[in-house]
Amino acid sequence: MPLAFLFGYAELFRRFGPEAMLYVLPMVLALTVMGTFWGLSVQLVTFREQGILRRFRVTPVGASAMLGSSLISNYFLTLPTIAVEFYISRSLFHMAGLGNLLSVFILVTIGIVTFASLGLIVASVTNTMQETQIINQIIWFVFLFISGATIPFPMLPRMIQNVAVYLPATYLVSGLQRAMIEHANLLQLGSYLASLVGCGLIAFIISAQLFRWEPEAKVPRQAKLWAAAAVVPFLLLGVWETVNGDLRSHAMKNLQTIREPYSLERIEH
Amino acid sequence: MLLGATIEVNNLTKRYGDVEALRGVSFAVDEGEVFGLLGPNGAGKTSTVEILEGLRTPDGGSVSVCGLDPQTSGAEFKYVIGAALQATALPDKMRVHEALDLFGSFYPKRRGTQELLGRFGLEEKRNAFYSQLSGGQKQRLALAMALVNDPRVVFLDEPTAGLDPQVRHEIYGIIEELKKGKKTVLITTHYIEEAERLCDRVAIVDHGKVIALGTPRELKQRSAAVTRITVRMAKPETNGALSKLEGVAECRTEADDYLLYSTRVPRTIVALVKHLEEQNNELVSLEISTPTLEDIFLELTGRRLRD
Repeated sequence: MPLAFLFGYAELFRRFGPEAMLYVLPMVLALTVMGTFWGLSVQLVTFREQGILRRFRVTPVGASAMLGSSLISNYFLTLPTIAVEFYISRSLFHMAGLGNLLSVFILVTIGIVTFASLGLIVASVTNTMQETQIINQIIWFVFLFISGATIPFPMLPRMIQNVAVYLPATYLVSGLQRAMIEHANLLQLGSYLASLVGCGLIAFIISAQLFRWEPEAKVPRQAKLWAAAAVVPFLLLGVWETVNGDLRSHAMKNLQTIREPYSLERIEH
Repeated sequence: MLLGATIEVNNLTKRYGDVEALRGVSFAVDEGEVFGLLGPNGAGKTSTVEILEGLRTPDGGSVSVCGLDPQTSGAEFKYVIGAALQATALPDKMRVHEALDLFGSFYPKRRGTQELLGRFGLEEKRNAFYSQLSGGQKQRLALAMALVNDPRVVFLDEPTAGLDPQVRHEIYGIIEELKKGKKTVLITTHYIEEAERLCDRVAIVDHGKVIALGTPRELKQRSAAVTRITVRMAKPETNGALSKLEGVAECRTEADDYLLYSTRVPRTIVALVKHLEEQNNELVSLEISTPTLEDIFLELTGRRLRD
């Protein structure tokens, strides 16, 4: 799906020149990274429903090792897609430069771990595939449309922007755009990275605690509340961002790299 | 309870909602013994074995395997056991050799993938996806995976259920090898011939309780079920003397055959031979049919195993 978005966006933004790709590619990279959330949760629930997990349970493999290995394999399966997206942007659409590659690489790495961990939480708190699909759809819809991954952040209504600053996806998209367009280094992206790491870490620990090997083992409703703790780092970052953050100004500045046909004055008001 | 038994199960209880699956199951399995849990579907066999594997927690009672508690002993326990679950499932796109490599990598001590592929007749399928295997091949892979860590104790939950007779006999051969290798094996089954052929001792389980326990021979001897001796003679008997032979509870005729139902087979045969000599008669054929575990199950429960 992200590759389809890449071709679609590239076509849409073609007339604004190769600089536009520096704005477009981060959106596509973010979609790819966020997709790990969906893939891992579905895979894990499928394995549980098919009784595959219970075969692992009679081996010395523990829940953390099981989840950790899923994250790692997911990471290495996602990296080639990221590389292909870079290659296509550069060779087919003549993207102007590569941005700060180290920052992009770290953001992608931490992003995959964080979003895949959020997927693990969904897999841990849902009891059936149907439930997993419904929750995934809701979360995915939010990530997709109000994080800046499909509609540029400055173009979102102010009210939506106020909600978006509490989402991990927003910081992933914004961080990648800053790394690509502004060449932002790791220090400049520190708060974004710290929140992604915090969110990923909490999500991983909680999912390991709530992990179930058996399809018939149900999660008590109270335990599901623990899953909400994973968003605490982004609640804190959202509050900080609302009070004195610079996410909006960076997003606006970066959108200016593809000035037309958007009227920035109209967007600002 | 035997002191120092490899597997100990003590007054085990387990309930699923309103259903009482186990109602005080107790037995012990010695080192190197092949022990069978025989019973119909829903008797509590799988619940018992899954508690022993650490997959389920008991509601009451206690279990130990090699002196370890499956619930609390962690990796130390997992290193000594191997298990073929009632339904082993693997990802469709996992190859046969990958499954053995992966599961082998979990243990400090392991058997080689090549050796296992050879032993379980899976060499030709080493690169096949799990989804491409037949039922028998999947079951052979499940057994190979259960033995990948060369375990002390092997749990086999209905290892031949749903397989054709040829594959079933292949699997019997594998289990007999385990027996020769002095592995402790706990096998659940509802196949009589499996229990009789493979098991040193058998616990007959019904409605969550052990209703009989012993070697297949002991169980048969303990049973009130009688042995049938089918006799054909050169000259027919007409005076009813056969029914008066020692140990004969009942005598029937069926075409040219005499069916003697005996509670003391050796004595009946000696008496029969003497009788034939006295009558100047000759024995044409003699066939002894001992009661099967199926007969014993029927006698104990009033039902057949697969009712």
